[in-house]
Amino acid sequence: MSITLNFQDWVSLFLHFVSLSLLAVGGAITTAPDIHRYLVDEQHWLTHYQFTSSVAIAQGAPGPNVMFVALMGWNVGMNAAAGMSPTPTMLYAVMLALLGVLVTMVGIIVPSATLTFFSTQWAHKNRDLKGVRAFKAGLAPLVMSLLVATGWLLTGNHDNYLEDWPMWALAAVTTVIVWRTQTHLLVLLSGGAVLGMLKII
Amino acid sequence: MSEVPAVRNVPTSNADLFLSFNWLALQGFGGVLAVVQRELVEKKKWLTLEEFVEDWSIAQMLPGPNVINLALMIGGKHFGWRGALSALAGVLMVPTILVIVIASAIAGVGDTQAMQGALRGMGAVSAGLIMATGIKMLPALKTNPMGLMTCVVLAIVTFLAVAVMRLPLSWVLLTLGPIASTWAWRCISRNESA
Repeated sequence: MSITLNFQDWVSLFLHFVSLSLLAVGGAITTAPDIHRYLVDEQHWLTHYQFTSSVAIAQGAPGPNVMFVALMGWNVGMNAAAGMSPTPTMLYAVMLALLGVLVTMVGIIVPSATLTFFSTQWAHKNRDLKGVRAFKAGLAPLVMSLLVATGWLLTGNHDNYLEDWPMWALAAVTTVIVWRTQTHLLVLLSGGAVLGMLKII
Repeated sequence: MSEVPAVRNVPTSNADLFLSFNWLALQGFGGVLAVVQRELVEKKKWLTLEEFVEDWSIAQMLPGPNVINLALMIGGKHFGWRGALSALAGVLMVPTILVIVIASAIAGVGDTQAMQGALRGMGAVSAGLIMATGIKMLPALKTNPMGLMTCVVLAIVTFLAVAVMRLPLSWVLLTLGPIASTWAWRCISRNESA
């Protein structure tokens, strides 16, 4: 994919992740549906395939799953390099991709990290306050639902049912396995990779 | 429950925080909660189990990745903002480098049919992993002051808004969040006066 990003686009990209940072209750992954809406559906800076593989690779690699954001930033940077003429050198493309990582990661992390740092002491001292408990109880069902919605969006664009159904089946089976058993995550991800390679799904 | 543990350790320096969280992040394939508990409570004994459960629920309540919030809290508790930054860098640095290297290695062969198929398969599995995390939270909703039925209705409305109507997350959270929290407040008040 090749796209053109001007300075204003980079600022918009940064601000979008800044705005999502404080909404990431329950983990950065709950903002994935909105990142999809913005980057894939609205701006067309990222393909649906790049989106899903970023999440898949981040899940398969060690580290917090917010790493999917770094990969999306990387891909947007690479797409921007591919859209330049004349075609930039590899080094320049990598620099642009790293800029993408920096812009998206700083955007998603700094606001929530600042809030966490300063509010932790306060919340810890006031953990019995009714307001703190009401906030926690009210958000719990929303957080749960956002996780399911994220999984749903990852199984496909939901515009081609004939093509998508094997993905749904595999996602559903995985859900049940993770829910009911202690199977190691890497076993499941490798299993998915093999099924995909053999074109079973 | 609050007996003093036989051995009680603290991180010795910012470097200790950085290296410990580095090691922790590198072991976390998705299921970070179990790793955090094993490393910080059982091996390093920086926290008692009770402190861990408390810190973890605060880390989950606040926006941002849970492990990162926990790192900031523990780092900040011992060495102020320097400690928080050391722990944060520990959680993020090596995993960022690693994930980019892995993605680039895959991109090199990304055009082959097999690689695309493998990523498609892994994508479906990640979708399942994330959905299971959400479903595993269902039992916790039974003890929610709003009651299970209200929670299920809220969850369904959230799902329809985000996944089906594809509304921006900010609208959904800023509308439903205050409504749900206010309702929870009312339910807690009613339970307490009953």
